[in-house]
Amino acid sequence: MVNIIIQISKYLIIILMAAYTFSCFSIFTRNYEDEERRVLTRQDILLFLLQFVAFFTMFLATEDIRILFLYAVLAVVLLGVILLYNLIYPNVSRLVVNNMCMLITAGMIMITRLSSDNDYGTAIRQLIFVILGVTFGLFVPVLIRKLTFLEKWTYIYAAVGGCALLLVAVFAPISGGAKLGFQIFGFNIQPSEFVKIVFVFFVAASLNKSKEFKNVVVTTAIAAAHVLILVLSTDLGAALIFFIVYLVMLYVATRQPLYAMTGLGAGVLAAVAGYHLFSHIQVRVEAWQDPIASYGDSGYQVAQSLFAIGTGSWFGTGLFQGQPETIPVSETDFIFSAITEEMGVIYALCLILICVSCYVMFLNIAMELHNYFYKLVALGLGTCYIFQVFLQIGGVTKFIPSTGMTLPFVSYGGSSVLSTMIMFGIIQGLYILREDEEEELEQEKLKKERKSRNGMGRTAPRKAPKNGPKFEEVPKQRTRKKPGARAK
Amino acid sequence: MLNKEFARITYFFVVLFIALMGYLVYFTIVRADTFVNSPYNQRQDAFAQKVVRGQITDRNGNVLARTGVAEDGTETRVYPYGPVFAHVVGYSDTELGKTGLESVENFELLTSNAFFVEKIQNEFNGNKNQGDTVVTTLDADLQQAAYDALGDNRGAVVVMEADTGKILSMVSKPDFDPNNIYADWASLNTDEENSPLLNRATSGSYAPGSVFKIVTALAYIRQDSSYSSYTYDCAGSITVDDTTIPCFDNIVHGFEDLRSSFANSCNSSFANIGLSLDIDGYRSTAEDLLFNSSLPSILDYTKSSFALDAGSNTAEIMMTAMGQGKTTVSPYHMALITQAVANGGTLMEPYLVEQVTNYTGTEVRRNVPKSYKRLMTSEEAAQLKEYMTTVVSEGTGYELSGRSYTVAGKTGTAEYSLVDGEKTHSWFVGFTNVDNPELVISVITEGSDGSASGRAVNIAGRILDSYYN
Repeated sequence: MVNIIIQISKYLIIILMAAYTFSCFSIFTRNYEDEERRVLTRQDILLFLLQFVAFFTMFLATEDIRILFLYAVLAVVLLGVILLYNLIYPNVSRLVVNNMCMLITAGMIMITRLSSDNDYGTAIRQLIFVILGVTFGLFVPVLIRKLTFLEKWTYIYAAVGGCALLLVAVFAPISGGAKLGFQIFGFNIQPSEFVKIVFVFFVAASLNKSKEFKNVVVTTAIAAAHVLILVLSTDLGAALIFFIVYLVMLYVATRQPLYAMTGLGAGVLAAVAGYHLFSHIQVRVEAWQDPIASYGDSGYQVAQSLFAIGTGSWFGTGLFQGQPETIPVSETDFIFSAITEEMGVIYALCLILICVSCYVMFLNIAMELHNYFYKLVALGLGTCYIFQVFLQIGGVTKFIPSTGMTLPFVSYGGSSVLSTMIMFGIIQGLYILREDEEEELEQEKLKKERKSRNGMGRTAPRKAPKNGPKFEEVPKQRTRKKPGARAK
Repeated sequence: MLNKEFARITYFFVVLFIALMGYLVYFTIVRADTFVNSPYNQRQDAFAQKVVRGQITDRNGNVLARTGVAEDGTETRVYPYGPVFAHVVGYSDTELGKTGLESVENFELLTSNAFFVEKIQNEFNGNKNQGDTVVTTLDADLQQAAYDALGDNRGAVVVMEADTGKILSMVSKPDFDPNNIYADWASLNTDEENSPLLNRATSGSYAPGSVFKIVTALAYIRQDSSYSSYTYDCAGSITVDDTTIPCFDNIVHGFEDLRSSFANSCNSSFANIGLSLDIDGYRSTAEDLLFNSSLPSILDYTKSSFALDAGSNTAEIMMTAMGQGKTTVSPYHMALITQAVANGGTLMEPYLVEQVTNYTGTEVRRNVPKSYKRLMTSEEAAQLKEYMTTVVSEGTGYELSGRSYTVAGKTGTAEYSLVDGEKTHSWFVGFTNVDNPELVISVITEGSDGSASGRAVNIAGRILDSYYN
């Protein structure tokens, strides 16, 4: 009987997830503010329904009351996040807040499922990370508004980031073949997760200051040093992220495809050279080409991951019906495979689309901003996020060689949750900043309009409202549609 | 215009993710099966808690393996034919694991495609569903005949359909009774002298003896366009560089061409041919015939080995050309080469599973014959076929002539030394109904003393008689 409920809930969860994902994109076509608000509220309902169904199913499967406790705390925390963001920052992008909560939910469901063997220790710790993260994240937008000198710190960013990476490269113990971070108070701190953010600030500040060839060379050299240190720590995934983020920012800032192409060419050459020089890269590539053939050693992880995804197929096995615990590091690097096994490929595809939806929103924010430094920061952080998602999911599905990454907000891990929260917070902060400015401008304009109307006795010409969304336009959701405060 | 680059970057990543999602869909539809069915995938065992392991049957519905469920729910795997299918069907035991088809088809056997209403009913009542049935290409009558014909000999038999690649029979001896595998395990597993658990048909590595002359002849046909005018005067042995190769029983074959050298299985003549060959070309011919490479097989197998290279000395070359030396081959592989000759050069992919049905017989999936690879040209195949026909009409396989069916083939005797003296393996590979090849057969007996009951060609004759009469 319980099994039937699990099987039914499996389909229910997929339907809820699909409906949520659909609204992530359909919202871009909504023209009116109240329509949008309805969609966003419906998203919240879908989110909490999904959370309830999943946790209640897990409770039925295990009859462990602690799952309901975890559920209650998570639901209250996320409800608090959604309400507080709306209360403190009326101009926040609610879509991004919803997506953030959905990704955390997807992660928490699977981490709870996986931690049934260790008395929910990891689930509880992840919940603490989430609470710390969102609390901190709530302050990030304020900080962004107060800290007006951010764009002047160019070389301080480089120094701080470079030193942190050097410390890891020199002193960190080797775990899983790579030097990643330090064990402090029982928590594993991975500095590269935070240096990513500082690095984006450095590149944005430097390229904002000057796009002359000389400065481009200096910036490139410093960026290359970051990448090189990471390669020396054999943290290849992070090295690749820094590399791609830099190329993207360089291309956008200089508008010179040639720079990016040269960089890409150099990267490919370096990769080929690296493949021939380092045996651990060859091992990764071998494991990627045929994980079953190298099942005995390097292919084991990817093979286990593919067993899980293949067995799960479209609809998944249902919660507690698969064996995601057989996948190595299933709570961190391979959480996507664990999710796919029990929740199904359709659900997993929805998860990917939600991440893409975040990215599209981030880039729209970047386009909408006026301050060029902030534009570059939003671009860099957004790219950092989406490329990490790509490396992670591509790696565990054998689309590309596996690099050992966490899936932001979904994977277990304090550093990952906190750094992603900061990234999302910064972009939200920039967005809020811009929205507030816009509002002030509009009000000034209104005053002027009134004056001119009184003086000249005629109505100021107004632009017609936009008819449909165009890609480079700001999504309608973010334009104020109050009468008299029409968007630009 | 200010945002053009931002838009391009967005498009770039959106396209990247569309590719990723497309790949995931492709993986789920096309590639997932390979991984799910991998014997390394432990998930399959968990299925057993919800599904009663399905049946394995032969092509006519005779049950080769089924699960008996006692009243208290205890399940026992039953093999009605006892040791007859021991290696090819294998065993399934919770402690000892699985082998043969029980291992390869584990996922199918533990998947239930029963009618969904019935599955829901079972779910409500807390009953297990009945797993799917694997219908093999095996023929129980032929298998039994091969099993009986092999008698007390150690060795193996493989029989397959020439034009489809369906494997009709696969026997290996010494054998074991899979019904008692758990009780007998300790003695079976430690019996290194007989290694009864080894499937000799696919995993036995034997010196090929004279059946390897098929490969040597093909290499010679390829390298010397005037091969039909080859002549050799056999004096009963050949000596080059202090190495002497005698013919079987030192028979003096006299004046021969390639055809009669093949029919007489003349060692001296083939050693002579071997010395005239370009070794790299010889090697590539052997590798075209799947030596030193993987074979199409769902069962575990041992790769065959061809060891000659440019640095090999005269003795090695002469030995290899007549089928001795370091060359090793499995009976299964020899059956594949013979099948390609019978099929005009194309190897049909051999298969063991005809179809998978649900337990009531509704088809879930069916395998169809498909060609695997062209191993030689049709002219080369026709030439080898002619030589193999001569072997039976006037050569070493003469005793298979004049039956109700026609046979083409090649006999072989491979010497190997043991501490207790010289012994020989006896080989036969061939196919029936030469004009329109029907069955392909490969037989080996180990340690034959030369008596009729131990000779592979006699055993092949008895198996084929039982099929055609």
